[in-house]
Amino acid sequence: MIVELGHFSTVLALICSAMLSIIPLIGAQTNNVHLMAIAKSAARAQFLLVFLGFLALTWAFVTNDFSLTYVASNSNSSLPMGFRISAVWGAHEGSLLLWVLILSIWMAAFTCSNNDMPPQFKARVLAILGIISFGFLIFMLFTSNPFLRSLPSPANGLDLNPLLQDLGLIIHPPLLYAGYVGFSVPFALAVAALLGDGVNPEWARWTRPWVLVAWSFLTIGISLGSWWAYYELGWGGWWFWDPVENASFMPWLLGTALVHSLAASEKRNIFKSWTILLAIATFGLSLIGTFLVRSGILTSVHAFATDPTRGVFILAFLTIVIGGALAVFAAKKPQSDPLASDSLAARETFLLTNSIVLSVATATVLLGTLYPLLIDALGLGKMSVGAPYFNSVFIPLMVPLLMLIGFGQTAHWRRDSFRRLFSIAKYPAACATTLAIGAWAMLEGTGAIQAALGLLMAFWVIVTTLKNLYLQLSNATKISPVRRALLGQSVAHIGFAVTVIGVTLVSIYSVEKHVRMSPGESVEFSNYQATFDSINKITGPNYSGVEATFNVAQDEKVIAVLFPQKRNYNAGSQTMTEAGISAGITKDIYIALGEKIDTEDWGVRLNIKPFVRWIWFGAFLMAAGGMIAASDLRFKRLNKNRRPSA
Amino acid sequence: MHPKRKQRLIIALCIVAFSSTAIGLVSYALRGNINLFYPPADVAAGKAPTDRAIRVGGMVVEGSIKRSETDLTTMFLVTDYDGVVEVSYTGILPDLFAEGEGVVASGSLDSNGRFMATEVLAKHDENYMPPEVADALKKSQGYQNSK
Repeated sequence: MIVELGHFSTVLALICSAMLSIIPLIGAQTNNVHLMAIAKSAARAQFLLVFLGFLALTWAFVTNDFSLTYVASNSNSSLPMGFRISAVWGAHEGSLLLWVLILSIWMAAFTCSNNDMPPQFKARVLAILGIISFGFLIFMLFTSNPFLRSLPSPANGLDLNPLLQDLGLIIHPPLLYAGYVGFSVPFALAVAALLGDGVNPEWARWTRPWVLVAWSFLTIGISLGSWWAYYELGWGGWWFWDPVENASFMPWLLGTALVHSLAASEKRNIFKSWTILLAIATFGLSLIGTFLVRSGILTSVHAFATDPTRGVFILAFLTIVIGGALAVFAAKKPQSDPLASDSLAARETFLLTNSIVLSVATATVLLGTLYPLLIDALGLGKMSVGAPYFNSVFIPLMVPLLMLIGFGQTAHWRRDSFRRLFSIAKYPAACATTLAIGAWAMLEGTGAIQAALGLLMAFWVIVTTLKNLYLQLSNATKISPVRRALLGQSVAHIGFAVTVIGVTLVSIYSVEKHVRMSPGESVEFSNYQATFDSINKITGPNYSGVEATFNVAQDEKVIAVLFPQKRNYNAGSQTMTEAGISAGITKDIYIALGEKIDTEDWGVRLNIKPFVRWIWFGAFLMAAGGMIAASDLRFKRLNKNRRPSA
Repeated sequence: MHPKRKQRLIIALCIVAFSSTAIGLVSYALRGNINLFYPPADVAAGKAPTDRAIRVGGMVVEGSIKRSETDLTTMFLVTDYDGVVEVSYTGILPDLFAEGEGVVASGSLDSNGRFMATEVLAKHDENYMPPEVADALKKSQGYQNSK
């Protein structure tokens, strides 16, 4: 009964979104206040209805209602309660419901904020978000409905994919979606601006906090995904350039460009067309990502079960939404703005370069991701583009970005001189070089030069950021205190550098060894000695398996004891590897069991992952920086001078 | 030249230089890092190159998995029901690697026609089939007849 109510409530949400897509637009066009006022209530009602639907589905999981096909295929009565709740978004249908729920949350949040926006503008933004929700609700209800029953109901469920029975997966999708879907708000703001008053600094000021918050969520979501893959897949890898990872990474890259381009649009009223295009493209890439994941056309760890109709639907939806937005853009393009700075050394130039670098980088990732599809469509064969492609293209492109961060932060708007920028950068450059040379002396092996160069870039960013922060703090007065935006910017840039340090060192200095060993044996790897102590049977709530004990010693002293596991899940009789990890600031020791080879021997994977934690810590700093910047007071300021409508 | 125009020219030149670098990197990397997929029938018929990295995929033949006594080398046969390839891999196999299941291996062929794999991917849950394998099986005469 509760499930039917939830289903019904979702259908009502669809009707709500249909009303929301049409009525406020008419209201905005005819300047009818009553019609526009519907937007707010329709958006809130839609949120409430989708939330009820979501609760009903969660209820079905909690009470093990296996008459629902979706519950029966993704849960089991022995599944622990926490995982039963996260199983709601463990597969295609439920994760779509989560998608719509998060979109509705963003909409509801939008209705509660920024009261100085003109009512037409607000109504249009909500209507565009309504159109997007309508599309996804239709998609969910007609091709992937999680509320469908199949009677007679099976006695028990098939269980949740064991890979997903993990804390990382409870939190990774909601945060990732919060970011992904969050970019629908800047998209709606961009299209609404084109439809209405046009793009001006005020519009940029309204848009920035939304972009920053969505970007921060996406940053956290991606890094959680990377962390989850690292410990759960048992390969010790933290990034695979898998199509689905790329699908989330591309909106992130363009979103980063958008954050920077918006700064110029707000401060100097420039890059307007470009900012609008970035807002459209970022959300477009989120939709393309959804298409790639859901249609199953690419080989990916994440590919959900294949269903061509789903792919066709999303592709059609993508064409309508993005095509429509681009058509509006073409018709109402903002007046093109020349780069209005008086000298080449101004901050505008650096922000422009940021946009160019990030867009080109996005294009190379997109090309690598879609190339196999293209070749296949042309009938030239099946192929895949491997990680080496991405590494050899992407990493060199990041070098200019890192170099320019150091200058761009200190550059003035409008007019500056390279002489001044170089004189400020002199000591930071010397300091970063000294540190990098010091690091180089400590590093060894063939990759030492590359590692030192990577570190040099990271140190350069950190030192220049700190110096810029110091200069700003010492110039700050009571009347013009240091803004949170600047603080957030500095934290995010330092976070980026921290991630670069982690990526550099873990890529060059990781050690991996596959060995065959039996209990009692020891093996040397790197400067460590790993001893396979024992292996014991274990039983969990819904699995049984074995747990090995490994002692890892350095210079005869035991520094870590690890307990890698091999689990066999009862319901699907699926085998899972749980790695044993000893986490540390400078390195992780990572041991995973392979398979049992004969009566005694096991395949064992031994890894040393230097500085791998820095990757995620850096991402956390970036996200924190984004949030701090979004909390800048000027985004909350009510502009009383503005005319109520144009 | 007018300073504004000069400024714009410099920016345009930088964009061109940067994009050409990117295009250069992309074309260089695409040449070296593409792994074409070959179904076992093509490999058995000698249609696959031996001098570069490729991928091979199909079903692991029942009873064909042979493990070394001393190290982590595993040999197995992969089939699309039209042809068979012998694959050799040293290292840890994925959890879902098993006889009668779909698998995709990357590596290269040695002169004896044996596929020396550097990486073996199995499907990641019980319902999922790598798209290339599904496609190869769909085209395979032997598989259609066996059904």
